[in-house]
Amino acid sequence: MILYFDILIIGAGPAGLSAAAVAAGCGARVGIVDDNPLPGGQIWRQGPAHPPAVPARALLEQLAGHPNVMRLSGTRVVQSLGPGRLLAEDAQQSLMLGYGKLILATGARERFLPFPGWTLPGVTGAGGLQALIKGGTPVRGQRVVMAGSGPLLWAAAASARAAGARIVAIVEQAPAPAVARFARALVHTPAKLTQALRLRLGLWQTPYWRGAYVTAAHGDARLDHVTIRRQGRETLVPCDRLGCAYGLLSNTEVAAALGCRLDLDAANANAPVIAVDAWQASSVADVFAAGECTGVGGMELAAVEGRIAAYAALGQRDEARRSFPARERYRQFAARLHAAFALDPVLRSLARADTLLCRCEDVTFGQAAAHDSWRSAKLHTRCGMGPCQGKVCGSAAGFCLGWQTPGTQAPRPPFAPARIDTLMQGESNS
Amino acid sequence: MAETITLEIDARTLSVPAGSTVAAAIARASDNAGVLTRRSVGGAVRGPLCGMGICQECRVTIDGRPHRLACQTLCTPGMVVITARS
Repeated sequence: MILYFDILIIGAGPAGLSAAAVAAGCGARVGIVDDNPLPGGQIWRQGPAHPPAVPARALLEQLAGHPNVMRLSGTRVVQSLGPGRLLAEDAQQSLMLGYGKLILATGARERFLPFPGWTLPGVTGAGGLQALIKGGTPVRGQRVVMAGSGPLLWAAAASARAAGARIVAIVEQAPAPAVARFARALVHTPAKLTQALRLRLGLWQTPYWRGAYVTAAHGDARLDHVTIRRQGRETLVPCDRLGCAYGLLSNTEVAAALGCRLDLDAANANAPVIAVDAWQASSVADVFAAGECTGVGGMELAAVEGRIAAYAALGQRDEARRSFPARERYRQFAARLHAAFALDPVLRSLARADTLLCRCEDVTFGQAAAHDSWRSAKLHTRCGMGPCQGKVCGSAAGFCLGWQTPGTQAPRPPFAPARIDTLMQGESNS
Repeated sequence: MAETITLEIDARTLSVPAGSTVAAAIARASDNAGVLTRRSVGGAVRGPLCGMGICQECRVTIDGRPHRLACQTLCTPGMVVITARS
């Protein structure tokens, strides 16, 4: 059986839900696929103590009133089956999805860089820790260090603090002058300024170390303390959890598999992003893209791109054009964000030879670095060939070793581990 | 948010708030930051890393199905979860 939609949207975050609201309001038959069990994406993630945030609630209520909208939560796209058709699966079954127009709103994930101890339980991404907490993971009374780069550290720290954790320090790799310049420019985006002030006031007692980074996580079976390098000196900081990630990377696998052209985002350490035109159209006919998968720029930019993509997909270009000025304003914010939080090249050398690079196949950094390309490292060490399919170590290797960034080529299906019966469905229908 | 769900993790019965993920339930069932979901190919202990379905480090056996992602699965009544701890 094929579920057919006029407009199929992959991703139920700000971009996807905004696109869905526009498309549903225009009477199209809309499908929204999302691999999380509840809609909202990362920024509007719901959980037991986290009802939908205000903008998300409004969108979800709007969508709930439309009988022409089908939400497929807990559903992951695993393969393309040719033009207009995708194979997906949820916990129970495989699904064939057909579409007239496709809007990719696949968002972004965190950039992890390997350092000694990063595989210890208790070490997570910063946004990863926020997601786990929103999902109900208890952190009351725990000491948390947030480290890495960018405003996400503050948002994650605020979530942890609200859940009862003690934020020991926020460790930002960008130097203080760059952060100050970014903060001053927030006057151009009042919504962002308000957010930033609220976060800072909520954590005014928390030390905010700039030009600093975690060089190692220590512990036996669990995290015990971290080493932080700050102004040339190393400090040991006891903690129960470390949330550590260095900015965000666009999720481009599905786009690459569909043949969409990707660009390398020079502002974000050459991370691949889906190339789109003014209408959020990708290089493939009938495939649009919106939000962080077209370049990391925050919730407001994602939402406005989602609306533009939906209007453009519906052929309503005048409506789409109305949102161009708002998009431009938040693109400028994104440019300032990337300039301020550009990664220090010193982070390339955090991993030692015996530090694991590939967490799935237990390949060390030294073993991989002995090769001259990602392909050679994969073939000889099995680096990047485990269940995450190189999504974690491939990006890290791209940054640390300067190799052509994995993820720029079309991935082989399935895009994520899938059940055999799902793949058999794909085989008999492709 | 008084509603709770009772499930079994590594043969231990516990209750969690409705809407909790399996990753959260595992953290409650273990000593929180020492949360263990799987063992690496070299035998080292691992817990969740990304919290959003990318890293695959949180995979556990849920109701007999191996390799389910704990971070993207909601707890349901009577669910049986097996981690690398057992």
